[in-house]
Amino acid sequence: MKFVRSVLAITAKELRIELRTREVVVAMAFFAALVLLLFAFALVHEGRTAPDAAAGILWIVIALAGTLGLSRAFDREREGNPLAALLLAPIDRPAIYVGKLLAMLIFLALTELVTVPLVALLFDAPLLAHPIQLIALLALGSIGFAATGSLFAGALVRNRARHLLLGILLYPLVLPVLMAGVRGTQALLVLPEPDLLVLGTWTRILVLFDVAMVTLSLWVFEPLVVAE
Amino acid sequence: MKRDGLFGIAIALLAVAFVLVPSWILAAPLPLNPNGLPMAYAQKIFYFHVAVAWCAFLSVFVCAGGSVFQLAKRSPRGDAVAIAAAELVVVFGLCTLVTGPLWARKEWGVWWVWKDVRLVTMLILWITFLAYLFVRRYGGPGSEQLASGLALFGAVNVPIVYLSVFFWRTQHPQGKVVGSLDPAMRAPFWLSLAAFSILYGVLFFLRLHLERQRQRLAEAQLAAQDAGLVRW
Repeated sequence: MKFVRSVLAITAKELRIELRTREVVVAMAFFAALVLLLFAFALVHEGRTAPDAAAGILWIVIALAGTLGLSRAFDREREGNPLAALLLAPIDRPAIYVGKLLAMLIFLALTELVTVPLVALLFDAPLLAHPIQLIALLALGSIGFAATGSLFAGALVRNRARHLLLGILLYPLVLPVLMAGVRGTQALLVLPEPDLLVLGTWTRILVLFDVAMVTLSLWVFEPLVVAE
Repeated sequence: MKRDGLFGIAIALLAVAFVLVPSWILAAPLPLNPNGLPMAYAQKIFYFHVAVAWCAFLSVFVCAGGSVFQLAKRSPRGDAVAIAAAELVVVFGLCTLVTGPLWARKEWGVWWVWKDVRLVTMLILWITFLAYLFVRRYGGPGSEQLASGLALFGAVNVPIVYLSVFFWRTQHPQGKVVGSLDPAMRAPFWLSLAAFSILYGVLFFLRLHLERQRQRLAEAQLAAQDAGLVRW
């Protein structure tokens, strides 16, 4: 119970800061829209894109905007060093991680709320035809991305080269989640009916990835983030 | 001194293997391809390719093991094991990634197949460990922990990546290739695998030794500073 309360307190703190500054979500959504426009300029010819391209574009944009959000959300932990204070608090260390992760998931969900309709519109993709399956894919993919991302962004807080290293560390590690997300979304976009068998396979791989990454993160959060 | 003796034996074995293995490989027959014709001469690369790939995967798990000790106990020895193994993943991985396409070009007519499990798994693994070296080089203080975390996640990723790409249908020969080898090919194959494993061991222990000495030197320097013997 205490664990859950600590987690919720940290998530609430993150959301309160975000409500007052509005910098992370607005920056993420705006950046995502800009990258989408770049893709549209590069890939749309006479109103058509390569079939399947929309799925890949959606997930690349989520990964790029997510990295931007992670950088900013964890940069806050440098100003006045609140992370050190959090680590001194009499709560379980993993609660700090889970609280941050939940806040990051909410930021990602808000960004996806802007990104998905834009992808559907710009690339003429029937993304919104099966909302439940799409939401499941996005949720599972975001959990995998944010779980790995929050851990390494947290570990990089005190590092001088953090903006450089975050992308380099994160992208190789989240490749499986992006791959599964892209393949699952492509299965969803098959016309006239989505390929449910393929979708199921990729959903299961996403679940497997999420379980592995969250478990591992909970275990290594303390040695990675706590300095000696 | 015992270590020096073992090292001498390993080097002697490597020297013998250096003479024996190539001649056995050249003498081994070329297997038939699915059309019933003998494969191109480039098939000889198989003996090299499989052995270096095996060393690369072995090294990933050695690195993950060292990283666990580094993270859990802050053990400098674990850290030295991890960095030695990580560098060897990059070296042997590069050998695999170069020999694979050379062979694929001859046998399949293409350099690279995105749908293939092992190719993509190896590539992602290789990139992860390049990132590892990058972190060690540019991470500054505290980069040991970061790099250890990266190695652990990278090792856990291996089966997941493998599984993911598996569902794209594979062109690469399955694991049963080794069992179905022509008996005349078996001896040189295992010999080459053994030779590369010894080579891996020798390189690993050399690098480990170097890293341990570097750590001791750094400790000694700190101790000398504390004692006021040196100013740098």
